[in-house]
Amino acid sequence: MSDTAHETSDGHDDLDEGRRDFLYMATGAMGAIGAAAAVWPFIDSMNPAADTLALSSIEVSLAPIEEGQSVTFKWRGKPVFVRRRTAAEIEEARAVPMGDLPDPEADDLRVKDGKDEWLVLVGVCTHLGCIPLGQKAGDEKGEYGGWFCPCHGSHYDTSGRIRKGPAPLNLPVPPYEFLTDTQIKIG
Amino acid sequence: MSKPEFSNPIVKWVDYRLPIFSMMHHELHEYPTPKNLNYFWNFGSLAGIVLGIMIVSGIVLAMNYTAHIDYAFDSVERIMRDVNFGWLIRYIHMNGASFFFIVVYIHMFRGLYYGSYKAPREILWILGVVIMLLMMATAFMGYVLPWGQMSFWGATVITNLFSALPIIGEYIVTWLWGGFAVDNPTLNRFFSLHYLLPFVIAGVVILHLAALHQHGSNNPLGIDVKKKGDTIPFHPYYTIKDLFGLGVFLTIFVAVIAYAPNYMGHPDNYIPANPLVTPAHIVPEWYFLPFYAILRAVPDKLFGVLAMFAAIAVLFVLPWLDRSPIRSAKFRPVYFIFFWVFLADCILLGYCGAMPAEEPWVTISQLATAYYFAHFLIILPVLGLYERPVDLPLSISGGSKDDDAPAAQAAE
Repeated sequence: MSDTAHETSDGHDDLDEGRRDFLYMATGAMGAIGAAAAVWPFIDSMNPAADTLALSSIEVSLAPIEEGQSVTFKWRGKPVFVRRRTAAEIEEARAVPMGDLPDPEADDLRVKDGKDEWLVLVGVCTHLGCIPLGQKAGDEKGEYGGWFCPCHGSHYDTSGRIRKGPAPLNLPVPPYEFLTDTQIKIG
Repeated sequence: MSKPEFSNPIVKWVDYRLPIFSMMHHELHEYPTPKNLNYFWNFGSLAGIVLGIMIVSGIVLAMNYTAHIDYAFDSVERIMRDVNFGWLIRYIHMNGASFFFIVVYIHMFRGLYYGSYKAPREILWILGVVIMLLMMATAFMGYVLPWGQMSFWGATVITNLFSALPIIGEYIVTWLWGGFAVDNPTLNRFFSLHYLLPFVIAGVVILHLAALHQHGSNNPLGIDVKKKGDTIPFHPYYTIKDLFGLGVFLTIFVAVIAYAPNYMGHPDNYIPANPLVTPAHIVPEWYFLPFYAILRAVPDKLFGVLAMFAAIAVLFVLPWLDRSPIRSAKFRPVYFIFFWVFLADCILLGYCGAMPAEEPWVTISQLATAYYFAHFLIILPVLGLYERPVDLPLSISGGSKDDDAPAAQAAE
């Protein structure tokens, strides 16, 4: 090796350096790709496992819920709010001009057709994940009569839409369907 | 550097092959240290000792802790009630975290006051900020382990910070959780990382010390060591001073552990975690309160999170924001005032962070947050240009440029 290097050093310097640079970069690139490929399983192992992903759906009976009452169910480790809204609450949610909403979304798109009184939401504040108040009778419901997150002061209206405070988005509506008039399946 | 002569033949034999004794002699014995260090210089070695206390008490706690959502809370209660001296070891670890931050925050404000971050100690300072970030991550994950209400909701809020990032935010949060909410996979990985990070901190501490010993300690006058008479050997002068400070520290530490072990904690963390109920008033541990206040001060989710991280990130570039060549606030009459205003601002932010997210605290937080950034981004650069410093003494041993000036006496 050293003999060859010595022999070429007087006439073929440029060629040799070019080849060396190429080899150097090719080796480095292969090493980087290999390292990335080796690291990926470790990173991905921290993503949700198969049993966590096998998400369950829950069936919920709406029969015992009175008008104006809210009930909380647990789905995928999170609370789901089900509120049977009063006519006044629906009226209030529909009367809001879209321009007043930080995350504009019409109320009738957040409920199922003909089921205006049933509002189903994932009860996790879209700011930093606290559970907003407003489910129990004595809870503070915020300035818009919906929910109020005590952690950082976000106010949600009677459609679960963000109205005031640091949360950027409305409370999300989970995938659900009506099985019968008094039975829904969430998930 | 003088080569020490060891009389013990075993020490001699080892040192010839692995110069560990020579190194210790050089770095801990003869190591020339400015002779004018005051008690604020105790907090560096004190922080190292607290790290040791935390690692030892933590290893013992881990022998009795179960990292599972169904058993974690009960295993901590078992440590408190059934394990021999478990209550003591847990209270040491729990309060040790608070005291670690007290010591490190004093250490950092010492650096701010005396300009210890200035050339040639920029890397020393940056490594210190890295240690603080690692401490914050470690403390946060440790607080989750008992799986009380504050553990759970603290973990939820802090991990949700990353959901503020556009597009990738949701994926990152799911990845951090290992699920769709803070749950058992989250607890497991937090335990793993909580055990790992203190050793990473220890590694960075070694780099911090290597950078320190390159140019030696700064000192209350903030001027360079000029001659041999400016320094004294580290041992016995500062070893004994550090030991005395340690005695005072341990007296306070033990008094809190014995008489007020839950004073700095939150009673809600003695309620087992409930994923369906957020406590009415969630607050982080006291040492996060100023940053929490900054987060809440900004009414936009993404910018609130960015402001909070920026509040720490700005410390990394501090050596380049402060343009004044004078280190010590002693010779910077205007910076002296702004230093104390800044300290008061940090305390005010901490107070706001503990208050509910309503008026007048929101407005006060916003003003205090604005001032926090103004201090670094406006006041320090401008002061560097316009401030007229007081005459510096010629050396640590005394004398000034103008020997008649009263500053010469003041400097003594």
